[in-house]
Amino acid sequence: MSAAQWRKAMNSGAQAQAWPRQRRIAPAAGAGSVPEAAGENAVAWPQWIGQRVSARHVIVMLAVLVYPWVATPFFTFQIGGQSLVLGLIALSLTFLAGYGGMVSLAQMTVAGIAGYAVAIFGTSSMAEISLGWPWWLVVGIAVAIATVCATFIGWLSVRTEGIYTIMITLAIGMAFYYLTVQNYSVLNGWQGFQRVLAPTVAGLDLRSPVPFYYLALFWALAGYFFVKYLVRTPFGIALQGIRDNARRMNALGFNVTAHRIAAYAVAGLIAAVGGVLMTWYNGLVTPGSVGVSGLINILIIAVLGGMRHPIGPFLGAIVFVLLQNFAIDVFDRERFNLVIGAMFLAIVLFSPDGLLGLWARLRARLEGADAQSRISTRGASRRHLAKGGS
Amino acid sequence: MSKFWRWFWGLVIGVPIAVFSVWALATNERLFLVTLLNGLTLASLYFIVAAGFTLVFGLMRNVNLAHGSLYLLGGYLGYVLAEHTGWYLAAVAIGFAGAALAGLAMQVSIFRFMPGEDLRQTMVTIGLSIVIADILLWIFGGQVHQLSPPDWLNGPWRGLPVINAYSKFRLALLPLGIAIGVLLWLFLNRTRVGMLIRAGVDDRGMLSASGVNVNLVFAITFAIGAGLAGLGGVIGAVELSMVPGEDVRMLLASLVVVIVGGMGSVVGAALGAIILGVAETFGLAYAPTYSVVFTFVILVLVLAFRPRGILGQPA
Repeated sequence: MSAAQWRKAMNSGAQAQAWPRQRRIAPAAGAGSVPEAAGENAVAWPQWIGQRVSARHVIVMLAVLVYPWVATPFFTFQIGGQSLVLGLIALSLTFLAGYGGMVSLAQMTVAGIAGYAVAIFGTSSMAEISLGWPWWLVVGIAVAIATVCATFIGWLSVRTEGIYTIMITLAIGMAFYYLTVQNYSVLNGWQGFQRVLAPTVAGLDLRSPVPFYYLALFWALAGYFFVKYLVRTPFGIALQGIRDNARRMNALGFNVTAHRIAAYAVAGLIAAVGGVLMTWYNGLVTPGSVGVSGLINILIIAVLGGMRHPIGPFLGAIVFVLLQNFAIDVFDRERFNLVIGAMFLAIVLFSPDGLLGLWARLRARLEGADAQSRISTRGASRRHLAKGGS
Repeated sequence: MSKFWRWFWGLVIGVPIAVFSVWALATNERLFLVTLLNGLTLASLYFIVAAGFTLVFGLMRNVNLAHGSLYLLGGYLGYVLAEHTGWYLAAVAIGFAGAALAGLAMQVSIFRFMPGEDLRQTMVTIGLSIVIADILLWIFGGQVHQLSPPDWLNGPWRGLPVINAYSKFRLALLPLGIAIGVLLWLFLNRTRVGMLIRAGVDDRGMLSASGVNVNLVFAITFAIGAGLAGLGGVIGAVELSMVPGEDVRMLLASLVVVIVGGMGSVVGAALGAIILGVAETFGLAYAPTYSVVFTFVILVLVLAFRPRGILGQPA
């Protein structure tokens, strides 16, 4: 930036000028993996697509689209559907933690609130409590309520910084869990709600494996591209700036608290959609689904996959679901927690970037010095995260 | 805070509590007093556990989310020893020592190698808590283990005014909690190691530059903090019971106590423990389905008006 531009920026207010300036330097900060072209408007569509879409993107896309036609219903629903739904909820944590520097353990609580709202306003086996409204209205209300709750959780937890966030969100999540266990008048206590089933839309039964898989895939892709888009918008860039140095962003005229709360709201929206899908997938919502193991499973999934890129939580979810379904055959059926806990421990101790970090290291080995430099710049942003974003 | 606001908040919080107390005393004074005693004895247990948590956090900025697991570990160790020998005091000692050793091992083998990485340390403690909880479930199974108190504390204490009878063991928790608080205060304020710990809380770098082996201080603090969790476990094995899930409950209690009281402050932990313990038991006695809401409301109010806790200092 030249001196004249700088003076202009100072005179016209930092907020207006800082965004376009920062947008251009975004790829270097580790936001995206593809170098951006110089002129943003001048790039033609085919070229734009050619720059961003490589062979592996096409292969992955085709694979997830064709998957239900080659897999058995069990693999489509239990493995595919569940991975996508858990991945979507974990994506909200990846957005908050990876790009906002705020590790919230309450994302599963937000999802659970959406699930409970679906059960209370929609249909379930508890006819005395459930209101039985049409599904489209119920889903809208559920997502709205959960997003508002997420914003409230954000408003509470952004008052403190870094390491406090994890404690406060954990306390909020556990408090909601104990509320669901104790309250019978609205939340039906320990039994929760059974038979909260996905609706039949236009003759398509969303309960059966293949339609549910595509429904989950649609929302997973929507969430993935939404996050990918959002982290390159002025809001996303400012959020990453706040993650790296909140005081400096504050000095630049950004409202740090407002950005953080907005990040909670956005993450809450993603988690709420995931929560509705999770409730339809399980066909029930009980305190067990918002218990402390549920909260921590989301963290495990996000950390396992890696918080550096929105694909991480989906990778983590696939590994988690596969482990949940098959590792117990190899080990003892009862000892799943031991296996997943030990694996989580190993990832945190030896590869803080999760599977994505392992992949990046492997590629660095193969590609040599060129990739080595890229790793080190990414490592720098990771260290900011490790410090708790303060 | 100006004098006016102090009075204002004192009235806003104090008047409803006073009105409720008068109402409850007038309608059923025995229920009120028993609930108050229950609350204070529970607060005593919460204080013992949360003091260890806050001590570790204050010095090392390490949020030990495996604190609940250490509580459970101490409880089971004490249970095994008490079942075999029948010595309750030995069980208390082994609960303290076992958890302290486990904490020491965690500090020496893991946390020493990641100084300053708060978030990573916290994630490691989450992983450890999952693993420890599952190993304990493996060994002891899912059934409830209840440790019986020593004979001289067994049974109720009869002939008390108004409330007639009250469990001796629970009543003994009150002086025990106070004694541990005083001992901890003396240790932190009157001994050389306590002085080093306090210096480390204020400025780790400076303490290290003064030629003190900070890692040793960290290890001692971690051992004491973990040991207090184990001690609380043996007490909780009698007062409550040992069952998988208690670790999570104690962790939540510790979290709320230190968030409300202020991180890193032992006096704050005492204050937070009293508030939480009393609020929880009164909630259970007077509004059973919403008792956890009181805990949550307290948490929200404190965070809204004093984000660092009632006695918290800026980090």
